[in-house]
Amino acid sequence: MTWHRRDVLTAAATVTGASLLSPRPSWSQSAARVVVIGGGYGGAAAARYLKRWGGKKVNVTLVERNKQFISCPLSNLVLGGSKTLADLTRSYERLAKTPVRMVHDEARAIDPVKRTVKLASGATLSYDRLVVPPGIEFMWEEVPGMANAAAQERILHAWKAGPQTLALRKQLEAMPDGGVYALSIPVAPYRCPPGPYERACQVASYFKQAKPRAKVLVLDANDKIVSKTALFDKVFQDMYGGIIEYRPNSRLTDVDVATRTAKLEVEDVRADVLNVVPPQRAADIAQQAGLITANKRWCEVNWLSMESKAQPHIHVLGDATLAAPMMPKSGHMANQHAKLAAAAILNILSGQEPNPTPVAVNTCYSFVDATQVIHIATVHQYNADKKLLETVQGSGGVSKEPNVQEGKYALSWAQNIWADTLG
Amino acid sequence: MRVAAWVVTFSACLTVGQALAADPNLGRNLAATCANCHGTDGKVVGQELVRLAGMPANQMRGKLSEFKEGTRQVTIMHQIVKGFTDEQLQLIVDYFARQR
Repeated sequence: MTWHRRDVLTAAATVTGASLLSPRPSWSQSAARVVVIGGGYGGAAAARYLKRWGGKKVNVTLVERNKQFISCPLSNLVLGGSKTLADLTRSYERLAKTPVRMVHDEARAIDPVKRTVKLASGATLSYDRLVVPPGIEFMWEEVPGMANAAAQERILHAWKAGPQTLALRKQLEAMPDGGVYALSIPVAPYRCPPGPYERACQVASYFKQAKPRAKVLVLDANDKIVSKTALFDKVFQDMYGGIIEYRPNSRLTDVDVATRTAKLEVEDVRADVLNVVPPQRAADIAQQAGLITANKRWCEVNWLSMESKAQPHIHVLGDATLAAPMMPKSGHMANQHAKLAAAAILNILSGQEPNPTPVAVNTCYSFVDATQVIHIATVHQYNADKKLLETVQGSGGVSKEPNVQEGKYALSWAQNIWADTLG
Repeated sequence: MRVAAWVVTFSACLTVGQALAADPNLGRNLAATCANCHGTDGKVVGQELVRLAGMPANQMRGKLSEFKEGTRQVTIMHQIVKGFTDEQLQLIVDYFARQR
């Protein structure tokens, strides 16, 4: 079914429920309906680019539970103390003016046959194409002691920026000098591969100034540092020797909440502040819609269009996808997925094939203190034989060493990707 | 003999080229991969990076060549530019030159 052949009567995004009855005059009654579930780096960019590139051909509705966008990238700087959460918070107002219809609600169920999305408020949205960047959910069953709300308030993940970020900063501030902050890292893949190591640096940077006798203990389930390995290894020794202790092959099996003890396969480690980044999978809405196809965790997609391999007409973006080799679960990459999907969806709705030669680029900057940064960059081109986005041999790489110039670029990156994503 | 071989190779390329007919919006799509750092359509926010929107094609082409050949010292672009073919870079350059 193409957008121009559809029945005019069913063409406008079908919305029931009083709170959603705010039709925009610019909406075309014959336009295709695209619904996007989730307004993070992937979803907001997809909504914006669908409308920028599709114009009147497409009506775009973005469902997002939060009233404001809070960036996960840079949120480790809130722990280090050089940024506040307000610095990382942006409004959806400009995106709404694109115009994208913003619906602040939560998607509860997708019906891939009827092509509808049921919302928490009871309203139902109909779609021709659905974009689902569901983000991640934590696999609490892997850390049974944390599978309740009280435990999750005492032992924080702070792996979704927001209240948990602020709460972890407060725990660090309250920790006595001479205390131990322990950070548990799950087996890769997880959201933001260099993120845990950046976090260790940020907390160590704070301790260096405020609590010189305190320690950072990195309990890594992986056998070595997952991203920017040699650079972080050197930073841990040169900048934070005597503060950061790095322990590979330290998989967490459970926690004792009362004593803030990390139970590893080989030993128990008590901490004054225990910060657990749990194992992750695609979020619940992906599970409900039957989009999870790999290891009961991730969603497989066709890399020409980001369309689900399991459910036609549904495009999955971002951290929830079963990544192509060397492709990180990052906000930057989710933005690139979004543009790839937006271009493909608009082609499909016009009766054309998706672009056969898509390209995606990734850059992740990590702050090793308040001003110095190290980067990793990759470029991914579509390989038609393997049906994958593959890194290009000889391209990409990392910084030579931590430097202030890239610290400025990293902050500039944030301003530009936020503007590119949200308008 | 040599001419015949060239013709065969050329025809093969042509067949592949036709099978993978370029997307009419390829330049737009490729340029969009730059926007995360360089701003939507090259309209950069802030003072750290140069504005790509409206940059003359020969000027940008020259800079990218220097990055690719390693004759210009930079932090990251020499690594990213090597991930694109010369044809793709030309489409990107042309797209940004058209932006105002």
